[in-house]
Amino acid sequence: MTDVDSIPQAIGVKVNVRLENVTKIFDGATAVDNLNLDINEGEFFSLLGPSGCGKTTTLRMIGGFEEPSGGRIILGGQDVTYRAPFHRDVNTVFQSYALFPHLDVYENIAFGLRRKKFDKSVVRIKVGEILDVVDLPGFEKRRVSQLSGGQQQRIALARALVNEPALLLLDEPMSALDAKLRHQMQIELKAIQHRVGITFLYVTHDQEEAMTMSDRLVVMRHGCIEGEGSPRDVYDNPATEFVASFLGASNLLAGVREATEGARTRVILTGGTTIRVPTSRLPSALGGPQLKVGVRPEKISISTSDVNSGDSHNQLRGRVKVSTFTGVGNQYLVETSSGVEITVYAQNIGEALAPRSGEDVTLTWPVEHTFAVVPTSEALTESEKSES
Amino acid sequence: MSPTPRRRSRARGLAPYLLSLPAGVWLLLLFIVPLFIMLSITLKTCSPASGACVMTWQWGELPHVVNQYRAQFETSLVFAALATIIDLVISFPIAYWIAFYGGRRKNFFLIMLLVPFFVSFIIRTLVWEFILSDNGVVLTFLKGHHLVPSNFHVLGTGLAVVAGLAYNYLPFTALPLYVALERIDRRVLNAAYDLYANRRVAFTRVILPLTIPGIFAAFLLTFIPAFGDYVNQEILGGTANTMIGTVIQNLFLIDSDYAGGASLSAVLLAVSLLGIWLYAKLLGSRTIQDYL
Repeated sequence: MTDVDSIPQAIGVKVNVRLENVTKIFDGATAVDNLNLDINEGEFFSLLGPSGCGKTTTLRMIGGFEEPSGGRIILGGQDVTYRAPFHRDVNTVFQSYALFPHLDVYENIAFGLRRKKFDKSVVRIKVGEILDVVDLPGFEKRRVSQLSGGQQQRIALARALVNEPALLLLDEPMSALDAKLRHQMQIELKAIQHRVGITFLYVTHDQEEAMTMSDRLVVMRHGCIEGEGSPRDVYDNPATEFVASFLGASNLLAGVREATEGARTRVILTGGTTIRVPTSRLPSALGGPQLKVGVRPEKISISTSDVNSGDSHNQLRGRVKVSTFTGVGNQYLVETSSGVEITVYAQNIGEALAPRSGEDVTLTWPVEHTFAVVPTSEALTESEKSES
Repeated sequence: MSPTPRRRSRARGLAPYLLSLPAGVWLLLLFIVPLFIMLSITLKTCSPASGACVMTWQWGELPHVVNQYRAQFETSLVFAALATIIDLVISFPIAYWIAFYGGRRKNFFLIMLLVPFFVSFIIRTLVWEFILSDNGVVLTFLKGHHLVPSNFHVLGTGLAVVAGLAYNYLPFTALPLYVALERIDRRVLNAAYDLYANRRVAFTRVILPLTIPGIFAAFLLTFIPAFGDYVNQEILGGTANTMIGTVIQNLFLIDSDYAGGASLSAVLLAVSLLGIWLYAKLLGSRTIQDYL
């Protein structure tokens, strides 16, 4: 038994799952590297990362399908590190749903309840209730093979939720759905989680999915956590170059830290331009003066006229290389005088004429929307960059 | 010159029929025609003395032979059923182990299972005769350790026939079972563990139900040929436990009672069809294609 009371926590927030130095090594390769994680009760928490980052292995260890090579997994105050899956108060929604093909919907959902020796009448009531929750009432007698992908997904969710676990694990449950259904299910899943109040741990490689649904998320890479916090925190203030590129798109400009002037720090870019960064947003683990300054494409204003926005904004000059109309807006690729390419998104709100290719433009953005990260020595692979 | 679109499309329409022609001819000449010849013989009346048969359009022989060889039918039924049950009991753990724990060497283990069956059926049965003979390895050992009385013998008994049948038809049981177990989605098994099933419950509630089509296929593939088998009985059995296959063989080759032999064959065929019909009825015709 572990004493949870010693864990520092916000008032009223109970830690539901705690990973302490959890490590998993497969045949000498480290899949999960000394992971520490606290998931609060009732939270929608996501593990986000590219394939091979260790997110699914982490989930499988919490579910009991893999044994950690080291560390502890504490669930609701109890050490469950070495417990079999059927001795944990955890249920899983599997990637391919893994419904029992030989059983109908009713028996699929009742499977866990029967193992727990619930009374027949109780089982009947619970199955009926959970079918209402997933919005498939009257589906009891359907065969699994008669269900669409979206329906199978809901039944898989119902089959896990009906047991009222302390924690629900979801292993990329939407990867088999088409884009439209996925969007719909994201909203529904969040609503269901809100209604049942169970802690959800969601594993995905889809950054949009993670941001849409999560209360908090971690971004993983090579078995380590690269960023942690609410979607907004992690997006607006990415901790590393990897997080900045994986979660949404970022413009990253190499530079050297110059001087701190109170709340702001000046950084000289490779091309000589000075950029100001809020001092609070400098990475804490900054080794040398080398860093990368970042700004999200949608935070930048583009203008053909010379603007002087003064102290509150950063400014860069360049020439439009590519201008693309995307319906909701315009996407520009602007090349600065020092040859760095910057992506800009402008909303389609019927403003003045959009700059065309070859035109000289001024890019401005508020200083508080500027962040800085430690440069990653190794280049990011294609799969590690965000698809959007 | 390239063919006109119309001609090309007609050629394309004919292609499936042309491609299936050799198989169709083969099936017609070697299966359908003999089948109808056999069925037509059941309608003839044959003279045992001369072997000459006359078409009388009567199933005169059918009730007669069925009655006359009731005991042999029963023997065949019991022997084939015993052999099938023994095969299921032996094969299941083997197939289970290969499917779940074979890892990358699954195919190697399957080949190992099948290698003995590359040897001719007759030779394998003759070797069984050798093994089970009074001076063979098994009995010498058992008698040497006084585990059985010195006058104990296996050859010529029903036990030897059942053992031979079970041995000879083992792959027909093991392979469908393996296929059924192999195709069980491991994630479904994980889901069972996740939903509080321990290993025993996961086996009885998930693995076994999902294996049932394979068990039934294994049963049919073993039971039907074993039911009509005569080689094992001929070589390993005695005179007291004649099976229906031996009767048919004797009627055709010794007694020249072609109508009687054909009638018994027709009954055998009907029994087999009944089994397959039951399978299709209970488990769906699509799963037959998967296993047979």
